[in-house]
Amino acid sequence: MKENQKQGDKGVLKRIAGPVVAAVGVNAHMYDVVKVGHEELMGEVIKIQGEEIIIQVYEDTSGIRPGEPVENTGLSLAVELGPGLLTSIYDGIQRPLAVLVDKMGDFIERGVSAPGLDHAKKWNFEPLVREGDAVKPGSIIGQVQETNIVHRVLVPPNAEPATVRSIKSGSFTVDDVVCTLDNGTELTMMHKWPVRVPRPVTEKMNPDIPLITGQRILDGLFPIAKGGTAAIPGPFGSGKTVTQQQLAKWSDAEIVVYIGCGERGNEMTEVLTEFPELEDPKTGKPLMERTVLIANTSNMPVAAREASVYTGITIAEYFRDMGYDVSLMADSTSRWAEAMREISSRLEEMPGEEGYPAYLAARLSEFYERAGLVETLNGSSGSVSVIGAVSPPGGDFSEPVTQNTLRIVKVFWALDAKLSQRRHFPAINWLNSYSLYLESLNDWYDREVSPEWNVLRSWAMEVLQKEAELQEIVQLVGSDALPEAEQLTIEVARMIREIFLQQNAYDAVDTFCDMSKQYDMMKTIKAFSDLAYTAQAAGVTPQQILSTKAKNDLPQIKFIKDYKPELDRIMGEMEKEFNALRSSV
Amino acid sequence: MKEYRTITKIAGPLVFVEKTEPVGYNELVNIALYDGTVKRGQVLDTSDDLVVVQVFETTAGIGRDSGVRFLGETIKMPVGKEMLGRILSGGGKPIDGGPDIVPEKRLDITGAAINPYARASPEEFIQTGISTIDGTNTLVRGQKLPIFSGAGLPHNNIALQIARQSKVLGSQEEFAVVFAAMGITKEEANHFMDDFERTGALERAVVFLNLADDPAVERIITPRLALTTAEYLAFELGMHVLVILTDMTNYCEALRQIGAAREEVPGRRGYPGYMYTDLAGIYERAGIIKGKKGSITQFPILTMPGDDITHPIPDLTGYITEGQIVVSRELHRKGIYPPVNVLPSLSRLMNLGIGEKHTREDHKKVSDQLYAAYAEGNDLRGLVAIVGKDALSERDRMFLEFADLFEDQFVRQGYEEDRSITDTLDIGWKLLSSLPVEQLVRIDRELIQKYHPQFRGAAKAAE
Repeated sequence: MKENQKQGDKGVLKRIAGPVVAAVGVNAHMYDVVKVGHEELMGEVIKIQGEEIIIQVYEDTSGIRPGEPVENTGLSLAVELGPGLLTSIYDGIQRPLAVLVDKMGDFIERGVSAPGLDHAKKWNFEPLVREGDAVKPGSIIGQVQETNIVHRVLVPPNAEPATVRSIKSGSFTVDDVVCTLDNGTELTMMHKWPVRVPRPVTEKMNPDIPLITGQRILDGLFPIAKGGTAAIPGPFGSGKTVTQQQLAKWSDAEIVVYIGCGERGNEMTEVLTEFPELEDPKTGKPLMERTVLIANTSNMPVAAREASVYTGITIAEYFRDMGYDVSLMADSTSRWAEAMREISSRLEEMPGEEGYPAYLAARLSEFYERAGLVETLNGSSGSVSVIGAVSPPGGDFSEPVTQNTLRIVKVFWALDAKLSQRRHFPAINWLNSYSLYLESLNDWYDREVSPEWNVLRSWAMEVLQKEAELQEIVQLVGSDALPEAEQLTIEVARMIREIFLQQNAYDAVDTFCDMSKQYDMMKTIKAFSDLAYTAQAAGVTPQQILSTKAKNDLPQIKFIKDYKPELDRIMGEMEKEFNALRSSV
Repeated sequence: MKEYRTITKIAGPLVFVEKTEPVGYNELVNIALYDGTVKRGQVLDTSDDLVVVQVFETTAGIGRDSGVRFLGETIKMPVGKEMLGRILSGGGKPIDGGPDIVPEKRLDITGAAINPYARASPEEFIQTGISTIDGTNTLVRGQKLPIFSGAGLPHNNIALQIARQSKVLGSQEEFAVVFAAMGITKEEANHFMDDFERTGALERAVVFLNLADDPAVERIITPRLALTTAEYLAFELGMHVLVILTDMTNYCEALRQIGAAREEVPGRRGYPGYMYTDLAGIYERAGIIKGKKGSITQFPILTMPGDDITHPIPDLTGYITEGQIVVSRELHRKGIYPPVNVLPSLSRLMNLGIGEKHTREDHKKVSDQLYAAYAEGNDLRGLVAIVGKDALSERDRMFLEFADLFEDQFVRQGYEEDRSITDTLDIGWKLLSSLPVEQLVRIDRELIQKYHPQFRGAAKAAE
């Protein structure tokens, strides 16, 4: 990288009003990181006008006075990328929270800096290239067993192509040189990357494999692809956070980055205590071993909240560049947008809609565009899937953050307060939600689940849609007034809702449901439906069909781990009951 | 300390001072009036040539001749164990005629954020004795659970009943109540004080009173003083502290007033764009810290303007707090106390504090089933209004009746009635037994066998 000429330049503070301060006499570029005041609080240049630079400060500015010094570091806000990221929990600017507890106690004070990685810890580096091998930006030069995940050490994307002059093997810290190139570049296991700059890739590809989450309504009806983008908007209490956490726990990504952006402290603690205890259904290892957490709670400095989203996605891209499938959850992007709004209003910028800055849409789309299934610089394939929670004020989806997000993302999981009030969880509205990946994923479902699956899904959606129409009539005339066939539709729709769509995140078995169980469940409901319509056509009354007993045992299937024998028994009974009914006509 | 007489502008609660030496952001300010009284304020904006001061009391009497002193430190609250049993003003001065507080410590009132890594997960079940809370919206120690109410509803009684009856089963730890009133009437304040005195709770309480006729701007610091006190009691003295903040709506109005005076770009309905962050700075001061004995549990009360839950005040609150208890005008009109509408109510930390280890193994599923059945019955009421009861199916009629029973037996209880969690769950089962067993799809069969009155009777008979 070229040396920034402005490094070490000093000036003085001129004005302080909350997290935004002004200084004069500092030579700076946009987004340079500066040290503010005698306590050297960390800040970032966000505006330059004439002699004056405007800085957003990542820490509380109480007591800071005009006249105190400001020093430019000449660097952009960057994160440290290397072994030690996994299992970490960071604040919005990649300070490890555990280290902060050691340095300043239980409360977050200010003026303490802490590097993102542990620079004293030694890792066992195993080289994968030899002297004389040609390497280029993004090449893998070696690996480290970080947790149960293998951490691949990369040539930084901004290095020049070269030949390996020497490479070591053994135990090193992230600062030790492990590889020297013939152009003189010395490589360590770590490199830094500015958070606001997307990491380069060779090519972006179209995603065609679903991110399996174990959540029936998501995998079954509205799947997201690996490398895709999804938004979960919903009013408070509708289950955004639980859904996000379920995804972080069970989605079949290899790495999970979870950003708690301006959310509750106790919720982050819940994640912190729960994740180390939970097992990854694939590997049996603690989920924490594949997770990086970023927690900038609502009462932590607002500028650091603004940065937390970029910190998270940069870490996600880094693991993608190693060839992993990464999923990133941001809870909540509305708090991020509010941080932008707060800083923008302190800059006295001309506001756009509802006081949000005019560049809101641009920032959102830039962020979501960093997702994707890619061919990395070293030719492997990796992906970042981004799932953003949105917290619309009053649950009103017409507000700017929701609207601007929906213009970009491909999957929309609409949370519905009405459903959560009746404890229908996950409270995702099946009529409003959509996934634009359905078509590109069809092949995968055909191949990996069953050729029947896509038919079953369309059938289920049709029944649910039909039910919605019928409910409007029921509201007017009562359910008894419906024609017999439609009374059955209502019943079948109820079964799809209660058996398939509802899922208990707190039940040990039901919390994760793989595709084959989803398929079996849906197939059984369809079988009931077929039996019911055939019987009704043969003259059996809906009352008789509704009073059959075997179907009442179906909901219990959710809670049984080895459900197959029970499901076969229910299927058998169901057929018997219907045979009896038909022969009685 | 230098005194400046360079006030150039006074607008609402704001005083603009020129030509000062460097003044720190958020620094405390004293303004001396011609008659010798001193008013306090805080620096909102500071630069070489202009300092903006927000005055906590009214600006009445301040003029260009008033003297301004910058105290060189941010606002600190003197705290000590002696505060228990005392009544203080909204600005933190004793108003009960007693002596000044002898401080053991002086703490910054803004309060730093608790490092999420230092927090312990709240999981101790607090029994409030109110079924709609214990049974369906369980409170745990360290939680912040607001009461969303409306003008003229009995939220104060609910808060008092909770304060009086709350206990952690099987524990005898030191507890304290910190009560902060913001802009409530003297009458309401008396209601609280009388109840505290009657039950002897006052000895274990610290009361901050900013009444309706006290300066509105002072309300900005009242909850911060209260929470600073609470943090001292909880994290330094090891007490379990219950903080009641009432009425947060008045607090937010004061926030809007200052925003308007500063001519800020307003957010929704004129409230400042940083209201979320500001409220978070209050509500997030609850919880438990690893390795420390005490805890802070918060009960903020707010009245929703026009009973509108989407109004910015309840809306932003709901996004920060761990659930909400919603008081319903409709239930109140039906004469049901406590008129808690469980449908929009929620406790996010409920699952941490219930189940075999804390309450009873069937708790979660009974609660889910009660919710689902009540929601269904409640929906059907709308339908009955149009088509009449006769057009309902047999199944629907049962759910309709269930909704009435639920309100009458589960929701309704006495102001002095302290139900144990076992009683609450058993009432739940009794109500569920009015529905056919196969309709109880949310409960596993083993639990039904064990707790359903029908089978329990059978099991007993078999013995």
